[in-house]
Amino acid sequence: MPRSGGSERTSSLHVDPWLLLALAALVGFGLLVLNSAARNDPAVLGAQALRLVIGFVVMLVVAQLSPRLFRRWMPALYLVAVGLLAVVMLVGATAKGSQRWLDLPGLPRFQPSELVKLAVPLAAAWYLHDRPLPPNLRDVAVVLLMAGVPAGLIAMQPDLGTALLVCAGGFGVLLLAGLRWRHLAYAGGAGLAAAPLLWFFVMRDYQKQRVLTLFDPGRDPQGAGWNILQSKTAIGSGGFRGKGLFEGTQSQLGFLPESRTDFIIAVIGEELGLIGVTVAMALYVVVIARGLYIATQARDTFARLAAGGLTLVFFAYVFVNIAMVSGLLPVVGVPLPLVSYGGTAAVTVLVSFGIVLSAYERGR
Amino acid sequence: MPAAHEVRMKDADAERTAFATRSLVTFLAIVVLFGILMARMIWLMAYQRGEHLAHSNENSVQLAPLAPARGLVFDRHGETLAHNHPIFSLALVPEHVADMDATLAELDQLVLITETQLESFRNRLRKRRRPLEEIPLKFNITESERAAVEVNRHRLGGVRVLPEIVRHYPYGELMAHAVGSVRRVNEEDLKRLDPTRYRATRFLGKRGVEAFYEDALHGEPGFHAMEVDVLGRVRKELSRVAPTPGGNITLHLDARLQIAASAALGQRRGAVVALAPDGGVLAMVSHPGYEPNLFVTGMDPADYQELVSSRDTPLLNRASQGRYAPGSTFKLVVALAALAMGFTDWERIIEDRGEFRIGGRVRRDWSWQPGNAGGQGLVDLRRAIYRSSNVYFYDLGAKMPTDALPSFAAQFGFGEVTALDFADAVPGLLPNNAWKMGHKGERWYPGDTVNMAIGQGDLEVTPLQLATMAATIANRGEFVAPRMLKSRDVSEVELKNGTAAAERPTPRRVEGPTAEDWERLIDAMEDVVHRGNQGYRQNGTAWAHIGRDIAYRMAGKSGTAQVVEIPEGEEYDEEELDEYHRKHAWFIAFAPADAPQIAVAVLVENGGGGSSVAGPVAREVIDAYLLPRLAERPLAAKSKRADSAGA
Repeated sequence: MPRSGGSERTSSLHVDPWLLLALAALVGFGLLVLNSAARNDPAVLGAQALRLVIGFVVMLVVAQLSPRLFRRWMPALYLVAVGLLAVVMLVGATAKGSQRWLDLPGLPRFQPSELVKLAVPLAAAWYLHDRPLPPNLRDVAVVLLMAGVPAGLIAMQPDLGTALLVCAGGFGVLLLAGLRWRHLAYAGGAGLAAAPLLWFFVMRDYQKQRVLTLFDPGRDPQGAGWNILQSKTAIGSGGFRGKGLFEGTQSQLGFLPESRTDFIIAVIGEELGLIGVTVAMALYVVVIARGLYIATQARDTFARLAAGGLTLVFFAYVFVNIAMVSGLLPVVGVPLPLVSYGGTAAVTVLVSFGIVLSAYERGR
Repeated sequence: MPAAHEVRMKDADAERTAFATRSLVTFLAIVVLFGILMARMIWLMAYQRGEHLAHSNENSVQLAPLAPARGLVFDRHGETLAHNHPIFSLALVPEHVADMDATLAELDQLVLITETQLESFRNRLRKRRRPLEEIPLKFNITESERAAVEVNRHRLGGVRVLPEIVRHYPYGELMAHAVGSVRRVNEEDLKRLDPTRYRATRFLGKRGVEAFYEDALHGEPGFHAMEVDVLGRVRKELSRVAPTPGGNITLHLDARLQIAASAALGQRRGAVVALAPDGGVLAMVSHPGYEPNLFVTGMDPADYQELVSSRDTPLLNRASQGRYAPGSTFKLVVALAALAMGFTDWERIIEDRGEFRIGGRVRRDWSWQPGNAGGQGLVDLRRAIYRSSNVYFYDLGAKMPTDALPSFAAQFGFGEVTALDFADAVPGLLPNNAWKMGHKGERWYPGDTVNMAIGQGDLEVTPLQLATMAATIANRGEFVAPRMLKSRDVSEVELKNGTAAAERPTPRRVEGPTAEDWERLIDAMEDVVHRGNQGYRQNGTAWAHIGRDIAYRMAGKSGTAQVVEIPEGEEYDEEELDEYHRKHAWFIAFAPADAPQIAVAVLVENGGGGSSVAGPVAREVIDAYLLPRLAERPLAAKSKRADSAGA
């Protein structure tokens, strides 16, 4: 089906200015905080800025493509991603005690799990786009399987955070596809039933420690409880206005671990206070709201589900990260998207917004 | 896929609407979830802020106490006796050392570390200490050792080169007993010291003036708040409250006189105490001494053991802690007691044949000869003093009722510590009936008073007490308690508390003797030194040794104290006795006799004759003090005498 806006597309960039603006503001805010967390190290700031610029370029390029292109290539993309995931299980490089990285000659080192984070919601959207909605139980099961298999592989790396986000991708698409509340209740019940099984058979000791620590951070303040104790201290001591950039003692003096990466929201809390945290969350809400709005305006089911699902994955990122750093959820390795230091995740997130933008229909 | 099927199953508009509804519901759920996150943030940042802020400060702010500089000690002429000087020490913070053995091995390559240093380091490591405290490994490292450590600093985690201010005694051994010394605060000290005031203090006055005036010398600690990182490294100083240095103190000591006194005593064991008429301690020497600077930076355990266990007891301050029988020097007190109680007067004469009988026991003195050919012949009190007649004083002792002599002697400060500011002075022993009943289960016999009358028996005095006696006689009966301190800085704290008031007690008089008694006693003491060329048994006991060429009038009295009991009437040969069993030699003196400026007590342990051995030491000390003054102001001295005569 030819697009009516073809001429429009050639004359100008296919983007939603509001989403672009919100993303740019978020990235700018993130760099500001990262610069402080990195103690003004130009190398860190430069590297991150470069990745973000690349990410934005890729995002804008992706935004110009048609959602149909993704739909067509999705089954292949999904299979390649899951295949790479399997490969990484066998030959992946180990970092921080888990196998996540794939070192392929001639290619930059990357994490196949990042690719999976994109592939799962897209594949779910592909699967559901020509099926009757709301999905029946069989289709729900298939989508859950599509998410569950790679999520299981990732959890075995072990990388519980990413596995969670992959599940969120599949689940988010189902939710937007009109998953019946009844089914949701089943899923919830199944989840609760599975929890003891997970605890006793799947979770490793350090993961159990993290869960226990959530309920009582004081039980091992120098060990498992250290991170969460220090991050709560950092956030709490920030108060309303914060201690000021470069002034956070927790962040600047090394008490706050992972301050550039997963725990950067604690730096925002400590140095910019409740104001800074509110600004960050507001920007995230704007991005998410705009992402969902674009999804509702999309032309076809695949584009809708894909854009909406990716937006919900983004939300899951933000929520899990902030909840974990503020001590509401166990510590799982999830960065704060677009703010935490790290290349692959930032680029993946920006690519996902490229796909969201490609679903954008102007002037409807 | 059949189109009809698709049309039936897929309704694009319905799906769009359903999707929009779902999105809205989901978005509302997202807003609620963000609300939870915001509520959590507000909980942490507002409700719990105080506790988190406190924890944050606890993390990053380290309050470090700053030790105050210890007050300085000066002699009466402003000569520095104790001061502080900077050294560099090598220390380790065990909490920051990853591998202690490896680090020590590494250090051993860079710095000369002895076995004993290593051993004492390991000992300190085992003992109770403050958290994150630096444990010293080697004190006073050289400049090149310091450089070697600094260069390799990156490999030596937890190793610190500490600039340290330590006590230094420029006169070393000479002033060891007079000024005392500090030593490193140890485990025991930590238990009893004020933890706030002594938080940063590394050295504590342990002996002498350093110990007695610890409070005044110590000062008040300051604090600085430092920002530290997670590894405990200091990033910057946040604030600082400067410590208040300890007050300086000035002693009566005269360093030049101290040098002269020490030189006069030479290598012999003994003590010299020199007092000004107001009780100020001008010199206090105890031989052998020790090197106080070794105590500051820690000494070899073997060396310390030797100091502690040596038969010569170098750590004992003989001047204030040594207990000796006063011998004949005590006759001066006995004479005054007998005069005061009416048992004798200056005219009474007895015959001294060198032998005295009481209760069926015979006492023979140093002058006795077979056939009772010895003794001093006819003696009055004056002659009994300058010839040191035992028989005369035996006779006085025999006349005195129980406890009369000890009661009178107590007025001179015997049997108690009258010294005002000595950390280590002992009271000695002034025995009486009650004491003897308590300690020996026997009543006091007249023979005990007879023994005491020549300064023997259970009576024990310190050189400081005999110097005090000499000063009291020099003052014609006015007793002045000896003291080291001449003046001191008054700290602001003391001014505020009003505790800086003068601590000097009002002088008291020795009751009993008349003014004439004091003058005639002093005349007799002058005869001890100056009465010469008079023929057989007519010269003062010390004249031949010190009185022939003396430029001023000195009053003195010798004493020779038995160390071991000699069987009654048995002669013995000093040379055959073990050195440590020989008699102690005493000499007490003051000068000028009519307007005294200095009173001295000299003890030479196992030295033999008081006049021949201790007398010359006393003479040298007084010469050293008096001759320069007399040369400076001979007229002033004379006119002063004329004034007092006129009045």
